Amino acid sequence: MNSLLLASINDPAFPVLTAIVVLPLIGAALLMLLPRTRPDLVKQVAVLISVATGAMSIWVLTQFETGKAAAEFQFVDHQSWISGLGISWSLGVDGISLFLVVLTGVLFPIAMLAVDEHKDLKSYYAWILVLETGCMGAFLALDLFAFFVAFEIVLVPMYFMIGKWGHGDRAYAATKFFIYTMVGSALMFVGILSLVFLTASATGGPITFDLQTLAHSQALSTNTSRWIFLSFAAAFAVKVPLFPFHTWLPDAHTNAPTAGSVILAGVMLKLGTYGFLRFGIYLFPEAAVYFAPMLITLGVIGIIYGAIVATMQKDLKRLVAYSSIAHLGFIIIGMFSLNTQGLEGGLIQMVNHGLSTGALFLLVGMIYERRHTREISKLGGLQKSAPMLAAAFMVVMLSSVGLPGLNGFVGEFLILLGSFAAHRWWAVVAATGVILAALYLLWAYQRVFHGPAEGDNATMPDLNAKEGLVLISLISMIVFLGVYPKPVLDRMEPAVDALISHVETNVPRFHEPTANHLPVVQLNDLSALEGAATSEGSGN
Amino acid sequence: MLDAVFLIPALPLLGFLTIVVFGRRMGEPLAGWFATAMMGGSFATSLVVMFGLLDRPADERHFVQTLFDWVPAGDFNVDVGFLVDPLSVTMTLFVTGVGMLIHLYSIGYMHGDENFSKFFLYLNLFAFSMLMLVLGDNMLITFLGWEGVGACSYLLISFWFTNEYNASSGKKAFITNRVGDWGYMVATFLMFTSLGSIQYIDVIGNASHLSQTTATAIVVLMLVAAAGKSAQIPLYLWLPDAMAGPTPVSALIHAATMVTSGVYLFTRLNPVLAQSSSWGPHLIAWVGVSTAFFAATIAISQNDIKKVLAYSTISQLGYMFLAIGTGAYVAAIFHMVTHAFFKALLFLGAGSVIHGMDSDQDMRHYGALKKFMPITAGTFIVGWLAIAGVPPFSGFWSKDEILGFAWSDSPALWFVGFVTAILTAFYMSREVFLTFYGRYRYADIRDEEIEDMWNGRLAIAEDAVSGAEASLATAEGVAIKASDKLAKAMEKLEQRQTELAEVDQSDEKAFGKATSNLAKAEEGISKAQSGIDDNESVIDSARAEVSSAKADAKLTLAASQSGSESVGVALFEEPDTSAIPESELPEAVQKRREYHPHESPWLMTLPLVVLASLAAVAGLLNLPFSSSTKRLDLWLEPSLFGNQAVDTVSAGGKWLLAGVALAGVVVGIVAAVAVYIRGRSKPSKFELPIFAHGWHYDELVSAFMGGPGRRGFDLVSWFDDAGIDGAVNGVGRLVRSGGGQLRRLQSGFVRAYAAMIAVGAVGLVGWFLVRAGL
Repeated sequence: MNSLLLASINDPAFPVLTAIVVLPLIGAALLMLLPRTRPDLVKQVAVLISVATGAMSIWVLTQFETGKAAAEFQFVDHQSWISGLGISWSLGVDGISLFLVVLTGVLFPIAMLAVDEHKDLKSYYAWILVLETGCMGAFLALDLFAFFVAFEIVLVPMYFMIGKWGHGDRAYAATKFFIYTMVGSALMFVGILSLVFLTASATGGPITFDLQTLAHSQALSTNTSRWIFLSFAAAFAVKVPLFPFHTWLPDAHTNAPTAGSVILAGVMLKLGTYGFLRFGIYLFPEAAVYFAPMLITLGVIGIIYGAIVATMQKDLKRLVAYSSIAHLGFIIIGMFSLNTQGLEGGLIQMVNHGLSTGALFLLVGMIYERRHTREISKLGGLQKSAPMLAAAFMVVMLSSVGLPGLNGFVGEFLILLGSFAAHRWWAVVAATGVILAALYLLWAYQRVFHGPAEGDNATMPDLNAKEGLVLISLISMIVFLGVYPKPVLDRMEPAVDALISHVETNVPRFHEPTANHLPVVQLNDLSALEGAATSEGSGN
Repeated sequence: MLDAVFLIPALPLLGFLTIVVFGRRMGEPLAGWFATAMMGGSFATSLVVMFGLLDRPADERHFVQTLFDWVPAGDFNVDVGFLVDPLSVTMTLFVTGVGMLIHLYSIGYMHGDENFSKFFLYLNLFAFSMLMLVLGDNMLITFLGWEGVGACSYLLISFWFTNEYNASSGKKAFITNRVGDWGYMVATFLMFTSLGSIQYIDVIGNASHLSQTTATAIVVLMLVAAAGKSAQIPLYLWLPDAMAGPTPVSALIHAATMVTSGVYLFTRLNPVLAQSSSWGPHLIAWVGVSTAFFAATIAISQNDIKKVLAYSTISQLGYMFLAIGTGAYVAAIFHMVTHAFFKALLFLGAGSVIHGMDSDQDMRHYGALKKFMPITAGTFIVGWLAIAGVPPFSGFWSKDEILGFAWSDSPALWFVGFVTAILTAFYMSREVFLTFYGRYRYADIRDEEIEDMWNGRLAIAEDAVSGAEASLATAEGVAIKASDKLAKAMEKLEQRQTELAEVDQSDEKAFGKATSNLAKAEEGISKAQSGIDDNESVIDSARAEVSSAKADAKLTLAASQSGSESVGVALFEEPDTSAIPESELPEAVQKRREYHPHESPWLMTLPLVVLASLAAVAGLLNLPFSSSTKRLDLWLEPSLFGNQAVDTVSAGGKWLLAGVALAGVVVGIVAAVAVYIRGRSKPSKFELPIFAHGWHYDELVSAFMGGPGRRGFDLVSWFDDAGIDGAVNGVGRLVRSGGGQLRRLQSGFVRAYAAMIAVGAVGLVGWFLVRAGL
């Protein structure tokens, strides 16, 4: 089946993005036809489907044209859908969405493989595949209606994953998650409709939900755009989540099954930040510039606040959940710096957070599976009984605290650099977040892994081969992105720059803030250093 | 030859990766040898690169090697590249050289550790990071190394992680350093936004375009960074605790290399310092000299052999900061190199002592170890003379140079530095005398053991008292019973007497009976009376017993109190154990009496000998006699761009200063001899408790963190729960109680939602149609 798939995928006319979006959905339907008595078969099929989806996303990555073309949407698949309403099935990928698609394609099979569920596998895997369709659709949609549908679809499977396969007070967590995010999306839906119809009446053109058309028409008054931006921002701020709209997250994360937490943190939170980029800044450049200080303020508060609350958590998973609030705060301040470094940093940090927080949730899940508790005070000395697990945790933790050489640093540094250029003092405050990150994670590590191991902690088994393999694959991505992020950054940059120049065109007095701060520098004519430069040439 | 520079960090990296993969299979000692070989290769490459530089004329001794782009983002572009110049080569030479020796030493020191190969894995990773730090051609690669060494330091301090103290110490080091890293990052941002580049070549070339305010801000932020990494006031707190790590780690990371990073950074950025307002460098100088003095006072009262060295390291780093602040970059680097030799030597020597003394680190238990470990003692003495500043050993020359520049900057700086030099000579002499000279005290009974013993005796005495009291109580009980009996007998007597009075006297039979009854009763009374009398003597004797037991206990208590006073550090006389019968001596004392301190194996003593030779002669690097003997001055000149301060002291003045400094050293040593060898004065006159407590600074910070700090965090966390989440849930409740229909959301939630979507969609489509029709 795979070879057949590859043969057809190389056909230039093959709508690979549509395939990426639809295949998981088809897989979900397929699962429902399988007999309930064959859970192993169910799992194999589900994993196979998600691996195939992931493979297609990687294929897109390899075929993605770099350079200037990365600023444009590629692999565009445009079909009319509800043509009377200007709704189209329109998918495309550019440097902004590319790596989120790949991240989704990679994390889903990992989350499915790494964790063994035991209850009602059929619907469990079916829901995960529906979720994948939703995530992929949201990242790839170039039509506001299609985006909204995908953005909404993800709620349902996640609701069930938390409510049915979760732990603790899962009904409460699932309901809270659902209502909270739905209220946000409802506002956005109103915003979408207003945008579409007000634009149509302003331009006198046909009704269209097409993202690019809307972004380039900019027909609405400043005031109207700002209001509509806020309605979008409501949905995205809840999804990110931005302080103070975050309290659904710790409950949802803590009570979700491990795979759910991995996907929730790794992929779904990025729907919010991606939404801000693609539908906030792109559609409403003026409003984005106008509200940037407010959003950055909330981001900075989130960084400090999330870190402080994380420090005091007694439940390891809840601690990781709160750390996400801090990390997403970084992404927000990077994006709303609205300069190359900040945006690129924010974008790559979305990927980084997906990998390292995803890995952290996997590790916490592995501990929970062995010890049946996540309470930090009941753990201790695990490095003695499970040195491999401890080592993996250590690497992922160091990535999360932003140690140079690992992925987290690249994003965090670019974000802070960009926001320093744009909003100096906020960046200075935000940078203290790196101290706090070390505080809560190292303290947690100490309490969980260091010290004497007693009771069940002393006999906890170490990683098995499958877990080791999953973690090694994540860790190698963590290391690779830390050592050589260039291929990723190079693919992001044209799209980011296009977004910035889009903002510049539409906001007359807006310039990329770094340009303002840079004095004209003339390189000193130091003969000694010249010598160095020439010897460099001759040396190579 | 210069092209080989990438090998300098690459070899330790290769070592790290190899041990990650094959470490367990390699095991002991192969992993250690492999890691050491990588360091050796790195050292050899450094030598090659140095000769490559020497081949060039002085003003062309710069070379940049770029490997690949690291973080390219718009106009910000950072590569992985190396800047080879006299400064970085000097750093790599001593990092790899000293590093190699310490690796070698560790093979012996870590013998038998279950995580032997892991230790070398970390050591090689550390070396890699340190070399990236000093070789990086931009601020970000240096930061990679900067944080990398911090992480390795964390991993190695908590290497023996099952002990909570070690784990806490590692964490404390990392977090405190992160405070500094914040300064580093912000300085980097400021540099990039004002210069457009963080490549050293651009920064150095364009520093003169920086506004004075910006340059000063960068310097102050860098001071925050350097105060963290180089353990200066106010961030030095982590370094004493870092001694929890294995001793080779203390020598390599926490004495010779990592902690000098701040000094390196300032030297590297000397054009920025030159551009800053003069209070920036002055701040550095004052932070340095205050730290030097402050840490030296604390060192006087430490009893842990490594803690003394830790505070000494903080103090010596203070000297280097003093040099930086006065523009004496060469002196700073010179002292950094000599310090690397003698402090690594001293730490490794301390490790050898600890190794030979069954892991005991308390100097009060040492004494006279010279005869058991002659090589360790001999080399340690060389280190002592070097750090104390006795000519011709290396420390004299480098410290003298720093003090000379301090004098030309400000006599106040010089004076504090001079007093610190006296203190240094004193506390280091104390360390040497307590450890290697004097009386062998290891087998002595120790204060705490004596206390334990007295406590045991006290317990026995108290038992005796309570025993006696118990028997007194019994006796008293008997007495009460006896008097009861007496009372009853009296009653009976009375009864018999009335009976007798009432009886018909004519009834002879009855009368006789009554009479005899009366007699019996009288007999009973006398019996009871005699019982009471008897018991009285029992009570008396019990009372006597109680009071004597109490008196005994009191005596024991008094003796125990006077005892702990009289023992103390028995520097000169063995504590009097004659009162203690041999059988009562604690087992530990017996064990220690049979213990024989031993010299360490050659793997450990060889590095000691090499380092001792270097510590002895390293002064040759920069002798102040003529410009041609100032080799380091000449060599580093191309890295300093004319920013090296010129000392204004005349030749005669220099001789005078050196003479005064030397006199100070002599005072320090003589005082230590008087106290610790001759016993002319009590140590407690010098070892003040406030020094032992480090001026209570650490305690204050801990109290704040554990108290108000933690409560503040708790408050925020509570607010999240009760405030924000409470508001969210409150709104939820409000909606539910307000609208009855909405309550159904709870029950059939998702079905309801699906229905809502369907209804919404229908409505929407309808609206679309209407719109489209219009």
